[in-house]
Amino acid sequence: MKRRAQTNASRRTPQARRSKQAKVSLPPLWTRKEIRLRVNGVEYTSTVDVRMTLVDFLRHELGLTGTHVGCEHGVCGACTILLDGQAVRSCLLFAVQADGAEITTVEGLGTPERLHPLQEAFRDHHALQCGFCTPGFLMSTLAFLRENPEPSDEQIREVLAGNLCRCTGYQGIIDAVRDAAQRLRSGYGA
Amino acid sequence: MNERPGESRESMVTRYFGEPIKRNEDPRLLTGRGTFVDDIRPPGLLHAAFLRSPFAHARILSIRTEKARALPGVVAVYTHADLPPALQEPLPKLIPHPALIHHKTQYALAPDKVRHVGEPIAVVIAENRYVAEDALELIEVEYDPLPPVVDLEQAIQPDAPLVHEDAGTNVCAHYTQRVGNVEEAFAKAAYVFTERFVIDRGTAAPMECRGVVAQWEPKMRQLTVWDSTQAPIPIRNGLARLFGLPQSSVRVIAPDIGGGFGPKIMMFYPEEVVVPFAAMQLERPVKWIEDRLENFVAMNQEREQIHEASIAVDKEGRILGVKTVFLYDAGAYIPYGLIVPIVASTTLPGPYKIPNYHCEFRAVFTNKTIVSPYRGAGRPHGVFVMERLMDRVARELNLDRAEVRRRNFIQPDEFPYDVGLIYQDNAPLIYDSGNYPACLEKALEMIGYDRWPSERERYRREGRYVGLGLACYVEGSGIGPYEGCRVTVEPSGKVYAATSVGTQGQGHFTSFAQIIADILSVPVEDVTITTGDSGAFSWGTGTFASRAAVVAGNAVALAAQAVREKALRVAATLLEARVEDLELRDGRVFVRGVPGRSLSLGEIAVAANPLRGTIPEEWEQPGLEATRYFAPPRGTFSNGVHAAILEVDIHTGMINILKYVVVHDCGRIINPMILDGQIRGGVAQGIGNAFYEKLVYDENGQLLTRTFMDYLLPTAMEVPEVEIAHVETPSPLNPLGVKGAGEAGTIPVPAVFASAIDDALAEFSVRITEMPLSPNRLLEIIRTARERSKEAKSPR
Ligand code: FES
Ligand code: FES
Repeated sequence: MKRRAQTNASRRTPQARRSKQAKVSLPPLWTRKEIRLRVNGVEYTSTVDVRMTLVDFLRHELGLTGTHVGCEHGVCGACTILLDGQAVRSCLLFAVQADGAEITTVEGLGTPERLHPLQEAFRDHHALQCGFCTPGFLMSTLAFLRENPEPSDEQIREVLAGNLCRCTGYQGIIDAVRDAAQRLRSGYGA
Repeated sequence: MNERPGESRESMVTRYFGEPIKRNEDPRLLTGRGTFVDDIRPPGLLHAAFLRSPFAHARILSIRTEKARALPGVVAVYTHADLPPALQEPLPKLIPHPALIHHKTQYALAPDKVRHVGEPIAVVIAENRYVAEDALELIEVEYDPLPPVVDLEQAIQPDAPLVHEDAGTNVCAHYTQRVGNVEEAFAKAAYVFTERFVIDRGTAAPMECRGVVAQWEPKMRQLTVWDSTQAPIPIRNGLARLFGLPQSSVRVIAPDIGGGFGPKIMMFYPEEVVVPFAAMQLERPVKWIEDRLENFVAMNQEREQIHEASIAVDKEGRILGVKTVFLYDAGAYIPYGLIVPIVASTTLPGPYKIPNYHCEFRAVFTNKTIVSPYRGAGRPHGVFVMERLMDRVARELNLDRAEVRRRNFIQPDEFPYDVGLIYQDNAPLIYDSGNYPACLEKALEMIGYDRWPSERERYRREGRYVGLGLACYVEGSGIGPYEGCRVTVEPSGKVYAATSVGTQGQGHFTSFAQIIADILSVPVEDVTITTGDSGAFSWGTGTFASRAAVVAGNAVALAAQAVREKALRVAATLLEARVEDLELRDGRVFVRGVPGRSLSLGEIAVAANPLRGTIPEEWEQPGLEATRYFAPPRGTFSNGVHAAILEVDIHTGMINILKYVVVHDCGRIINPMILDGQIRGGVAQGIGNAFYEKLVYDENGQLLTRTFMDYLLPTAMEVPEVEIAHVETPSPLNPLGVKGAGEAGTIPVPAVFASAIDDALAEFSVRITEMPLSPNRLLEIIRTARERSKEAKSPR
């Protein structure tokens, strides 16, 4: 659903004889704007439609397809990235709002050959099945562990409740986060 | 004892089979290097957006697309009238059944009438999705709204509006199966209990919505489609037929799939034919990615059934007969046939001996989204009905719940056990193996059943309402017809295998690799699996009904075994030894007792494919490669028991799961880590089905729960730790001895919840007969029950 200006009502709820209401008009106006930002340490300058979401920009303009889209309405957390160090939902931001920002996406963590300790913990605890939700969980957790290096299980569950996973039942993710906290504290792989 | 693949004489040590091997696919997925459909970006890509019906039931009087076409950035707009004749017909009937009299299927784009909210009417192809959605607003459709039929029981009334006028009825099938004589059994029973059970709609909600990317290369006459489907090869076959192309000109790839759970197999969803059509018309690649709002109305749903069920027992609580008569909501069309209601009817008997059984259903059209299997696919319904009846018997006869079950179990020495019904694969329903009493006893031990009466007392003294719930089930899995696999050892010594099933997170890249690694005696990391690409392997059906590990897994084992034999034959020639004197160890073939003489699998692969010379007859074909198929005679039957302790807050209706245990038997286990993951994830979905997830339609057929704010998926706060134990009764029906496990976690959860809530609220005589519940609904039930029990107590 890209047309944010429209509420879902206009397109999706019953309207008798919609034809009478359909607007005839000029093509909708949109403007473009130049933005500069750093993503995973690389500087980008790009001209974007002002209505383009940040997640679409990252995925489709920069080709960083590790960040996923699960709902486009801010609930599932699949699109979570770090923006100036904060975990944010990139489906709820426009690309132009990230002008001047420093962004980290999942591609900025480890590589398949050299996983980040958090990624390693996810693998060790079978914290992923289809892997679609995983980048969001990783980025949420990364921000969380930076602020809470020694979280309780209750805190872990609370923060993870901000992301949805349909495959795992969360147990492996909780175990992975607990373990990752330990690994990061002991400086392992850092 | 029969020799199993991977356990041949030379290598008695099984290294990977049965071990919790870390997944081969994880490093890729963890680093954002997965390839999901939306990650496919061919150059020149166009984007599609669908105009969908805002009405549940309406006639389309006219569609005008000129303004949409005129919008800059729009490349094309198609409606039903623009489609070629083959795409104007209703889409294929997937699984016909003689009882299915009105087999109505959906259209690629609606012709003159829409039958559910979300049904596609037109498609816009544009330079980007934003513009495509702008253009949807400019399509003018004139509708004549018709009264919708939303409620399942109203749909069968004589004066109900008709979803399909030419059928003359909303009842599209009426089907009965019987074992013995229920009427007689009921007449002579000591007790008969009857109950009405209502199970409502939910949605699978995979985190990745559906998506299709299609690319047509006119010079090569080659159509490539990336599709988030669970069944890429049937989709390839169907597309070839629809577009009049040879199958070899169509390649369908199901890349990484972000969860399937059933509804990602349909053949065809409208988008699966419209997107390739547009790509061929425009000679440019086209992508459509379903957004979540679309997914809630355009991806198939499941679960709505209403059962009137009775059980007849003798004085000891032994079952004499069971009868269920139910309605099955098919939604607006019934492409998938009668699979779900047949699975519900045939799952219901479960682990019990039921001498007389009558199951009868009517499949009914309504103006709601199409229904097709979702994880469980009728099984949760069968289990809910049966287990609720068993609890009822226990309560009414004042017997222990576990004891009633024990008295009725099929015993371990009674296999194979013929239930007397015909299963979804049209084969007789015969349980292959199992040990139901052992599973129950194990679960009772884990949940602390012996201590429970005193625990329960203690909780009550603290003013807490805590209950224990219990449910047993048998899960049909691993049905045919067949799957195949090709295993190749390359000159590098690395092993590549291609199989026909798709994968949606079940870990096939690892479990299949484990099977091969053992048989070929190579490290599991050296085995690369390709799944779900019709260009890599051309024959197969798909991943559904918990069948991939069973059917494809055994094909994988057979192919690897054949490669192993070939390697030994080739090595025998090269090493001038007899096959019997060779052994395969660590990826090398040795001559026994002659340490210096050996060849690596890579060397054998090179030698087996010479550039000059001849190939000895016994090598049969060049290369170190084999393709094998596995076609089981019928399904295998896993089983299990779930038990839970739940606390009900009678003031808020909220539930807290204090303990949840699963005992599960799916035969031999390939990878316990992956298996436990399947079960945990299944339980989480079951919890949603039981308590949080309900699709609410209003009387106009509008879906009111269309976002994750309104339709609640369980989060890490709601899903408890699940304790799992395994009982292993191997299946005699396949060489690996495995059974399916994909749905086991989900199936009994609603029954367990109901059982536990009844127990927690026993003093109010609450009897849960509906699913899903919600805090609000549970509060209502508690309130009504309390008033009832107050009335009963107050003196007249
Ligand atoms: S896609 Fe952004 S929260 Fe779901
Ligand atoms: S692993 Fe599939 S949604 Fe989380």
